[in-house]
Amino acid sequence: MSALIEARELRRVFHQGRSDQVEAVKGVSLSIAAGQVTVLRGPSGSGKTSLLALLGAMARPTSGRIFLGERELTSLPERFLTEERRRTFGFVFQQFNLVPGLSARENVMLPALPLGHPRAGLARRAGALLERFGVAHRAAARADRLSGGEAQRVAIARALINEPAVIIADEPTANLDSVLSGVFMELVGTLRASGKTIIVASHDPLVYESPLVDRVISMRDGRLEEPAP
Amino acid sequence: MTPGSWLERQRSLLDYTLSSLARRPAKNLALVTVYALVVFAVASGLFLGEALRAEATAALQGAPDVVVQRLQAGRHDLIAAGEVERLAAIRGVERAVGRRWGYLYRPSSRANLTVMVPERFWGGDGEAVIGEGVARVEQVGVGETLRLEASSGESFDVKVREVLPPGTALFTTDLLLLSEASFLRLFGGGPDRFTDIALQVPNAREISKVAEKVLQLLPGSRAITRLEMARTYQSIFDWRGGLVMALLSTALLAFALVAWDKAAGLSAEERREIGILKAIGWDVSDVLLVKLQEGAVISGAAFTLGAVGAYLHVFLGSAGLFAPVLEGWSTLAPRLHLTPAIDGLQLATLFFLTVVPYTAATVVPAWRSATADPDAVMR
Repeated sequence: MSALIEARELRRVFHQGRSDQVEAVKGVSLSIAAGQVTVLRGPSGSGKTSLLALLGAMARPTSGRIFLGERELTSLPERFLTEERRRTFGFVFQQFNLVPGLSARENVMLPALPLGHPRAGLARRAGALLERFGVAHRAAARADRLSGGEAQRVAIARALINEPAVIIADEPTANLDSVLSGVFMELVGTLRASGKTIIVASHDPLVYESPLVDRVISMRDGRLEEPAP
Repeated sequence: MTPGSWLERQRSLLDYTLSSLARRPAKNLALVTVYALVVFAVASGLFLGEALRAEATAALQGAPDVVVQRLQAGRHDLIAAGEVERLAAIRGVERAVGRRWGYLYRPSSRANLTVMVPERFWGGDGEAVIGEGVARVEQVGVGETLRLEASSGESFDVKVREVLPPGTALFTTDLLLLSEASFLRLFGGGPDRFTDIALQVPNAREISKVAEKVLQLLPGSRAITRLEMARTYQSIFDWRGGLVMALLSTALLAFALVAWDKAAGLSAEERREIGILKAIGWDVSDVLLVKLQEGAVISGAAFTLGAVGAYLHVFLGSAGLFAPVLEGWSTLAPRLHLTPAIDGLQLATLFFLTVVPYTAATVVPAWRSATADPDAVMR
């Protein structure tokens, strides 16, 4: 299967040159195949979130290169990187990161607002996504009044509104009980079936031991435990 | 998804801006209120000062072209009636009129009245025409009597024939108009002496020349031209207006510091929101547009509320809050009924001193957050 994302010798250093310098990602090379579910597994502090941020164009590496297909992301100006974030990636954050005060429907519509599509069509599309994930009845509820499971499904709907090719989820089951974690994995199966590429960071066995997962990459102390393919 | 229309994008982002403002109602309402109050105070000062200057300019249209006063030891003294004819003979002078006026302190009301004999008094002997303020403080109306105490110690009554209309209050509020006989009875002196002499000079270009000739003809006198009177009025209003503006500018500065502090630092919640927006695909320009709109809505609303409030306060509410500082020179403060007169340049300056800096102060910190990596901003 062809590599959709390829990372070469990625390093991510926080507070570089200061006494509190931290090297979160230490020379990671890997490739992510299109249409697969890949899980980054490792304990807290192993660098999973930092690596996800790099792979999803949310941060620039201190050194190393990232390719999306034939295109190198690391050298792109901010404007084009934004375009990739908007078009290619959909993020589901560990804390969901919904905007409080906005309704579930408005949160789902949020990534598409700057695209200039008619609001009515966008609202219909957001409604359909909420319906698909079983939270249509909470469309008008404020994001800060949703339960953990509802908030996560709204966050997934938001990640899909711009029809991205890649879904990135960071510790998606960390705030969910086992039942809702199971529901999440069912959603992953649905997305995989629709051809999406899914990258999940998790140290939850329910996730990385799931039969839906094509590949598990282990991380520890900022490095991969499995050699890059 | 493919990009849609530019107009729809603006609408969507404006919707987001308004919902964003509505999500922090207490903070934004407090900001708009304080902001509007400052604009209200400063704009009231500007409107009132400008309206008073316009009133003064309008009132001087009917003033004499030159007023001649005799000086004695550097002080204003009475001038002989015989000088009227000599001054009337100066080339360029169309008319010379002797005038009688003075000041009368009323211990009962603690008011200082300006007493005048008009050129053609429309009342009879023993009658008076009074300004609105005199009627108010003396509590007299048409048909009632006003007891006056002459410099000789004698007291006599005058009957109020008319109260001057409120529209002229700025210049007539403290006026007591009497007949020549009543005036002389009140202040003493004889019919052969005037307080000063007013000259009418039809050709405005000859006024300064006439003033020079007056000084040659009557050494030890002074000739005050209408232009000089206008300058005096203007400087009085400028001084008073300046005093108010100095006080208000302190408030403006205090507000600017608070606004800068509020706007320049984003809260952790706001920074996180910008990070989220960036992470889900918003461009730097999208974030900045929203923040620009937020700043413009707050400052625009506050400016509009403040300016409209100031207009109503000054021109409908007679500038009740600031009038004691700015209005006339008499102890009898006139009840102002000002004709709207606004200096557009001053208003535009106020706009640029309030709306533009605030909006800019809102955008700068947002720009700082929006240009950083979303991951770093959210952390």
